[in-house]
Amino acid sequence: MSPRELVFWADAIVAVMTAGTVILHRNPVVCALALVLHLCSVAFFFLLLDASFLFAVQIILYAGAIMVLFLFVIMLLDPAGEGVAGRVGKIQLGATILGAGLLLAATAKLVPLLPGGHGQPGSPLPAGFGQVGAVGRLIFTDYLFPFEVASILLLVAMIGALYMGKREIE
Amino acid sequence: MMELLLGPGIVAGLVKMGVVLAGVMTLVSAMVLGERKVAGWIQDRVGPNRAGPWGLLQPLADGIKFIFKEDIVPSAAYRPIYLMAPALSLTTALTTFAVVPFADRFVVSGISVAPIIADLDVGLLWIFAVASLGVYGIVLAGWSSRNKYSLMGGLRSAAQMISYELSMTLGVVGVLMAAGSLRLADIVNAQSTTVWNVVSQPVGFLVFMTSAYAETNRLPFDLPEAEPELVAGYHTEYSGMPFLMFYMAEYANVILSSAMMVLLFFGGWHGPIVDRIAAGVSPAAAAALHAGVFFLKLSFFLFLYIWIRWTLPRFRYDQLMRLGWKVMLPLGLANVVWTAALILGGWI
Repeated sequence: MSPRELVFWADAIVAVMTAGTVILHRNPVVCALALVLHLCSVAFFFLLLDASFLFAVQIILYAGAIMVLFLFVIMLLDPAGEGVAGRVGKIQLGATILGAGLLLAATAKLVPLLPGGHGQPGSPLPAGFGQVGAVGRLIFTDYLFPFEVASILLLVAMIGALYMGKREIE
Repeated sequence: MMELLLGPGIVAGLVKMGVVLAGVMTLVSAMVLGERKVAGWIQDRVGPNRAGPWGLLQPLADGIKFIFKEDIVPSAAYRPIYLMAPALSLTTALTTFAVVPFADRFVVSGISVAPIIADLDVGLLWIFAVASLGVYGIVLAGWSSRNKYSLMGGLRSAAQMISYELSMTLGVVGVLMAAGSLRLADIVNAQSTTVWNVVSQPVGFLVFMTSAYAETNRLPFDLPEAEPELVAGYHTEYSGMPFLMFYMAEYANVILSSAMMVLLFFGGWHGPIVDRIAAGVSPAAAAALHAGVFFLKLSFFLFLYIWIRWTLPRFRYDQLMRLGWKVMLPLGLANVVWTAALILGGWI
């Protein structure tokens, strides 16, 4: 086993364990923190692919920015002590079915790729995959339109937030 | 990039980690002493002068005191997170130093030596990424203490850090545009061929410096631990070693942001006379000279931190937020446009 594979498997174990903690732990703050760790371990997969830019951006955006807001909400509501664990409602049932379906689809896709399977592994990564130059070029050439549309979407959300914030003053 | 972690350079990497860790920790204790000495001078007092000559052993005495103090965990606290939070703060603060270079790569007896732990092509992003995780230490400390003052301090700090992270990043965008690289050594060397970034982008530097002071929770922006209103903010309940870890993390962050000011805006290890001397001596001597220059510049910014702390009064919370969103953010954007104009005009 090469050192790279060793790191991959170690990271994979961390990723699965933290993902399990997210759904199984009783304390919501611990769940949120496990999700942070999980996102960091996913970022590490990007690093194993030498996609250094995606690695850094994954941590800055997901682990750093978005999860802090999650944690804020959880802390201010402070649901610790409420018996949320073990309750099975419509949402939990729907989520379980959806999750199981996704897991099945992913397994069906992955099993042929295992050693001894009949499927072909994907093509090798293009040069510079996930590095600053390559991502920048993609954003400003092939994906320019979706990129700009996404920025307009964010602008709309921002104006909406401003409007809702202002209405209380009037 | 993974070769840095897995290749034969791992021994060299471990040695460099040891050197950088020892260097940063020494600087932290020097800062602790320096802070109290300079505070003494500014307020026309003597400052610490009992432990050793001129009080030089004061950091040692402080350290021993911290170690022998009792670690108190409040009975209502959420113990695992309460104990993890200070470690998280210190770890993130120290990890950022992995990408900070002190001199150019040089060759000694056939071996190429890079005076940096990990020469990442996204070095600057690495610093922002790890620094963005640093806020967890403070927020979690505030929450897990189960104390209203701590929680308020933690929340304030998070709001402050998230707000100023934006303007800090915008202040750096101009530097990236000028250098065309995220690697810190490239950014430094780009300044040696043209002018220091502080000359071409003074507004960018102002935005960056102000945001850095807010990010490190230092006066005039130390709202998270404003003692008249919040006792001591997020670390109210901490004592002994866990408190010391928060303390060290704060100073490590101060050192890091000073190093970034030097590297991003003040030409790093370059200087008009230094470069001429360095060109005439052996590569190793030149690297040592450059590292010395870097350290001198770093010392100045560390002193500036202390000087400002004991000179300016604290902002009010709403003033802080207004400054961040209504002044620093637009100024940062203006700096991006200004730098673009400079590049288009062919001036830099």
